[in-house]
Amino acid sequence: MDALISQLQRQFRDYTISLYQQDFLDDQFTELKKLQDDGSPDFVAEVLSLFFEDCVKLISNMARALDQTTGAVDFNTVGASVHQLKGSSSSVGAKRVKALCVSFKDFCEAQNFQGCVRCLQQVDIEYKTLKTKLQDLFNLEKQIIQAGGIVPQVDIN
Amino acid sequence: MGKEKKQIDGGVSCLRRAEMNMMSVGGMESAPAPLDLEEVHVLAVDDSLVDRIVIERLLRITSCKVTAVDSGWRALEFLGLDNDKASAQLDRLKVDLIITDYCMPGMTGYELLKKIKESSNFREVPVVIMSSENVMTRIDRCLEEGAQDFLLKPVKLADVKRLRSHLATKDVKLSTGNKRKLPEDSDSVTITPPSPSLTISPESSPPLTISPHSSDSSSSLVEMFSSSPIDDDEDEDVLTSSPEESPIRRQKMRSPGLD
Repeated sequence: MDALISQLQRQFRDYTISLYQQDFLDDQFTELKKLQDDGSPDFVAEVLSLFFEDCVKLISNMARALDQTTGAVDFNTVGASVHQLKGSSSSVGAKRVKALCVSFKDFCEAQNFQGCVRCLQQVDIEYKTLKTKLQDLFNLEKQIIQAGGIVPQVDIN
Repeated sequence: MGKEKKQIDGGVSCLRRAEMNMMSVGGMESAPAPLDLEEVHVLAVDDSLVDRIVIERLLRITSCKVTAVDSGWRALEFLGLDNDKASAQLDRLKVDLIITDYCMPGMTGYELLKKIKESSNFREVPVVIMSSENVMTRIDRCLEEGAQDFLLKPVKLADVKRLRSHLATKDVKLSTGNKRKLPEDSDSVTITPPSPSLTISPESSPPLTISPHSSDSSSSLVEMFSSSPIDDDEDEDVLTSSPEESPIRRQKMRSPGLD
């Protein structure tokens, strides 16, 4: 059992580090982990889950606002949703999503329709990718705990 | 752990039901009554659900009771400032700190700040503004309007710990201005400092840019809090630091209260 735990812990550590190295996550995710304890063991997962729900809602808003069939595109409306997504991605440490939002916001301000559409597609892919990866990470945590081990603290720096 | 509860609107599982009471659909989360007068009660205002959850957790971890609302209007409503009628909910009016997002639809954090500073009941309650944008003019405006502090988002545990340490050590007479007179109270209630178990870890103090000679953290903040305003014009460059570094919080400590 110990060998299994060690192996899982190693996987968990490596995977976590890779997520940071590939810019999926940043320091703010680390901050969120600080807020998790035995009293709130699922805090990070819950916040991220809310974040992903936010993504769905906001991206849908953006898509609707970028729909040219309903008339002229209101870039302010798009921009408002992008601003919100930028904020929440920043708050949870979703680094790539946040970076995309920065570009997206620029395109909104420039009223660049193609740029906006591209960003919308990318941000959709990006949050889904992150969601999958975090699911894998949380699953690893569960496996460690089920095997009787402790989820290691991973030092990113 | 049978106390976990998930709310329909995708909310949060809470482990201490007595403390946790949030995520009503209308967006106003209430602190449980009756309030323990010795505990610090913070009113948090943010239109983003994710940010509300995070700030609430940050505050709870630093031993605050939290009421989180999703708009400036709801904040005013909670404080009984939304209309001329006196609020019937006198037992909810002990508010030791208001922390609000700047960019909110409807009423901005700045507008909320102004309304709070205009009210006789709550003008002495410290108001902290949070913003994702590091805009000098914005920061200045808020500080000039009486904001106690300005936090750059995303807010970190160190930021909240620092705020918390202000509240712990502030002059007792500051706490008297923010409570309505409850029927049974003729005198104001003092806020006792938090229990000694609240520690500020060394890394939790971001470098301060206010006074060039102070390199230390909370102790210098305590001094500054009761001292006269400090000229901090030399901080301008510092605020252009990249978001990847730990953001420098700008602070302007005023003489407490009674302007």
